[in-house]
Amino acid sequence: MSPRVTLITGASKGLGYRLAEHYLAQGNQVIGVSRGAGAIQHERYAHFEADVADEARVLELFKVIRSTWGSLDHLINNAGIASMNHAVLTPMSAVKRILATNVEGLFLFSREAAKLMRARGGRIVNLTSVAVPLKLEGEAIYAASKAAVITLTEVLARELAPLRITVNALGPGPIATDLIRGVPEKKLNEILARQAVKRMTEPKDVMHAVDFFLSADSEMITGQTLFLGGV
Amino acid sequence: MPKNMRKPAAEMARSMKELVVQVVSELNPSLADPVQIDLGVEAALYGRNGVLDSIALVSLVVALEQLIDEEYGVTVALADERAVSQSSSPFRTVGTLAAYAESRVQEAKRS
Repeated sequence: MSPRVTLITGASKGLGYRLAEHYLAQGNQVIGVSRGAGAIQHERYAHFEADVADEARVLELFKVIRSTWGSLDHLINNAGIASMNHAVLTPMSAVKRILATNVEGLFLFSREAAKLMRARGGRIVNLTSVAVPLKLEGEAIYAASKAAVITLTEVLARELAPLRITVNALGPGPIATDLIRGVPEKKLNEILARQAVKRMTEPKDVMHAVDFFLSADSEMITGQTLFLGGV
Repeated sequence: MPKNMRKPAAEMARSMKELVVQVVSELNPSLADPVQIDLGVEAALYGRNGVLDSIALVSLVVALEQLIDEEYGVTVALADERAVSQSSSPFRTVGTLAAYAESRVQEAKRS
């Protein structure tokens, strides 16, 4: 049996990198996407440099996936950017950049993945954030983009259910990656204090939940958002 | 081959209408109410008078995108803002879909 094909956006570092390693260890064929070069050397790993919101480039990527592997089993929409700033001090260039990556890119990948998955079903997992339920100050556009991810998850779940594709969202708390590098420690501690489990999210916490969504037995699990840490 | 030389007839790519007819013919056996493909360009697909539901339309569009890629070597997304519009959707008939797909291919070749 050929290995399951797992596509992960934002795979060159941080959580995406860890997810790629995790699914390689499970025997999957992993395709990573990021704006820069990939950091994994593995016989079952292929890296593709692309801005996730660049439609022409993304269509090329899916063409390569179709011609090389024939189908796609999993899409993990992990690529995401943030820009911590007071709303009044947020430039429109940052607004556009965040929405392009976090919302447009996620939609584009989901749309194209659904085309490849329609023959035998599939799993889409979208990364959202506790910034949505916590209504984090200083993260207006980031939180709004992640709220859009939740709504997209819910609507896509309904539209793609006839194709046996499930769509779910996972909202971790803060993880020690580049995404939160600019967040002051005091602010991080305030976020953790609002979680039921008052610690940073570890990559293994995320993988456990993603494993659940990707499981072949999870065909009745769709349109759901799971927040970690008891938010 | 220089640009101004024409391919021999046997190698000429098939017309867009032929590609649309092929994907519709392949889809028809799975439809309770098949597309009346013998009506040619007038055969209704989606919207008013159309027989396709939204999932069948998805299958048709994706199959056509793949066939265009194989036949013309061009990658296009046939998504359109007017897809669900009753009056001006490019997915109304075999003819409107072929014309629309052709315009997207020309657009992709220019860019």
